[in-house]
Amino acid sequence: MNLQDKIYIIALAGMGLIALLFIYVLANAGRPLREEEKAGSMGIAYRMRTWLFVILLVIFFVGTWGTLWHYPIPPQHVALNPPQVVNVTGRMWSWQIEPPTVHAGSDVEFRVSSSDVNHGFAIYGPDGRIVAQVQAMPGYTNKLLHNFDKPGTYTARCLEFCGLAHAQMAAPIQVVASKGE
Amino acid sequence: MASLTLYPAEERLEGGSRVTFDLYMITAVTLFVVMMLIGLTMRMTQATWLNVNPALFYRLLSMHGAGMVGTASIATTAVMWFFLRKYVGLHLWAFVANYVLFMLGALCVIVSIFFGGYGALWTFLYPLPVHGMGLWSNNASALFLVGYLLIGVGSLVFYLDAAAAIIKVYGNLGRGLGLQWLFGGEINPDHPKAVVASSMVIIANSLGILAGSVVLVMNLVNIYYPQITLNALFAKNLTYWFGHMYINATIYMGVMAVYELLPRYTGRPYPISRPFIWSWAASCLFVIVVYPHHLMIDFAQPRWLTIMGQVVSWSAGFPVFCVTAYGAMTNIHRSGIRWTMPSRLMALSMFGWAAGIVPAILDGTVRNNLVMHNTQWVPGHFHFYLLLGVLSMVLALIYHVLGNRANAVPNSGLDRTGFFVYLIGGLIFTLAFLSAGHQSVARRMATHLPEWTLTDKVGSVGATLVVLGMLYYAIRIIVGLLGRPVVIDTSHAHPADTAG
Ligand code: HEM
Ligand SMILES: [Cu+2]
Repeated sequence: MNLQDKIYIIALAGMGLIALLFIYVLANAGRPLREEEKAGSMGIAYRMRTWLFVILLVIFFVGTWGTLWHYPIPPQHVALNPPQVVNVTGRMWSWQIEPPTVHAGSDVEFRVSSSDVNHGFAIYGPDGRIVAQVQAMPGYTNKLLHNFDKPGTYTARCLEFCGLAHAQMAAPIQVVASKGE
Repeated sequence: MASLTLYPAEERLEGGSRVTFDLYMITAVTLFVVMMLIGLTMRMTQATWLNVNPALFYRLLSMHGAGMVGTASIATTAVMWFFLRKYVGLHLWAFVANYVLFMLGALCVIVSIFFGGYGALWTFLYPLPVHGMGLWSNNASALFLVGYLLIGVGSLVFYLDAAAAIIKVYGNLGRGLGLQWLFGGEINPDHPKAVVASSMVIIANSLGILAGSVVLVMNLVNIYYPQITLNALFAKNLTYWFGHMYINATIYMGVMAVYELLPRYTGRPYPISRPFIWSWAASCLFVIVVYPHHLMIDFAQPRWLTIMGQVVSWSAGFPVFCVTAYGAMTNIHRSGIRWTMPSRLMALSMFGWAAGIVPAILDGTVRNNLVMHNTQWVPGHFHFYLLLGVLSMVLALIYHVLGNRANAVPNSGLDRTGFFVYLIGGLIFTLAFLSAGHQSVARRMATHLPEWTLTDKVGSVGATLVVLGMLYYAIRIIVGLLGRPVVIDTSHAHPADTAG
């Protein structure tokens, strides 16, 4: 299961849960509380809100820690010294990727920039899913680190709107089997 | 405590107020229909059911983005005005000036797009406006930016008038926001939620508009003095600071309709509380500092800003889940409510907001953003809470006003059909976007890969339903606001609706 699948499942589960809670409340809304229920109902509502708050707080801390602990973006101001380096420049409307062939199984540093407007450098896997991306911004060189686990033909696509031929701004990246194999 | 009278006297619309309010809302629903038709055209183009060339597609995308954001803004400004004027002395001229400046600005935007060929989208991301590549001229871009400035000035005029009025009654905006009750003290139960929300919107959105003005003017200077260039990263920061706040302010303005109207329909008080004050104070801070989640994959951005973008995006869920949505649900729960159009729309708006925030928070996570950024996941989540959330808030108020004019709470069979068509269509339309984002379908592309068109087609079907629903609403509303008395099915309007 790739990251997109996980995100999708969490989103649908979260939205579905909210939908169920809404349906429950809305379906019972027309039936007024009986006299004897009225007294306690506010207290129950407050207690449930406290629980909701606590649960969300736990999700917040665990989630923040879990997603930021290994920070997913490499440091930009120190030398990364990876085994492979690829220089990428975006321009309206093509990519210059040097070299266009890399090896699977070891880190590749993409040094990404633009010579005109903002572009987005997104690497699509052979299965059509994005594996990593970074902005290509004029005046900056962003360093993206990626380790390809599978060989194949990947595609760099522009993901920041850059004018007329934005949708056609794509280029292949060949990932060949790691040197040792 | 807000009164539970369905149509309190101080809310009556008369003379100039009525004309202006009607003008705002008729303009808004008309523009919503037009912009939705443009949206449908784009979606069907992606689905290959229509053939629109890319140059025109990106003009339509620019029009739809700018047009929808602008329309949502004026519609929710009218919501804020409608309620705030009961508590503080707003000047009608400021409300009118906002409308006039908006229309002038909209005219500039329309001319720039359809006569000047402008197609650098509603975010005018520097330096694209000066790279028209023959499609649009620098003058067209300048006109677009001037249009934005006019619209921004209009908003500021309205906010300044509102700020002055709040300060006159409450001393300062912080007291309007209720900050004096954060840590103790007895909360005045009559302190209006609309004043709290308005204070927040005034503070946050004025800041955003000022940032927007700076970057708009900087772009204009660059257009005519190209030797003066901007730093692309700085310009992007300002642009998104402005854009994020401007569109988010529509939710905070729109939700006043729910705070004010919901208790009247459930017949149950909906009092102000300390968690409420906290949630608005926190939201005020969050909405000001959350924008870096738009720049997560700009690795040149200082790391602390990116981390702040994630932490604040997650935090922003608390006020929505624990206070606004939860509060509305407890107010509705077993209240004995009889569902009519205004209450139905309010319930939908709360769902749209609460559920739409889930995919938003997921995308506001650095790790996830690396694979979801600028996919159709993004239009998926924001259409969810704009289409189902914000528009429903606006429609709830309009239907409420229609009820007042017709002396019966609207709830005809046609109304209900329109509602369900809109709801089902909206769910199909937004879930198709989310599903496309899951499959890495890129946003903002005129032409799609063949394997992407399935979600485009499903989305187009949903969008068609939404357009039909909105078209019905618009006609119903325009007829209802202009004509009087309105003939509606009164058999459903029951005295119990006037929860007194
Ligand atoms: C029937 C209803 C609607 C349809 C069919 C529709 C369709 C679309 C489409 C096809 C896109 C471009 C998606 C892409 O990037 O591939 C889009 C973008 C957008 N829509 Fe809508 N939309 C609708 C309603 C709304 C509403 C109600 C709002 C706001 C109140 C809205 C605001 C926006 C914004 C801000 C964008 C982003 C523009 C950009 O990327 O520059 N839309 N919409
Ligand atoms: Cu591009």
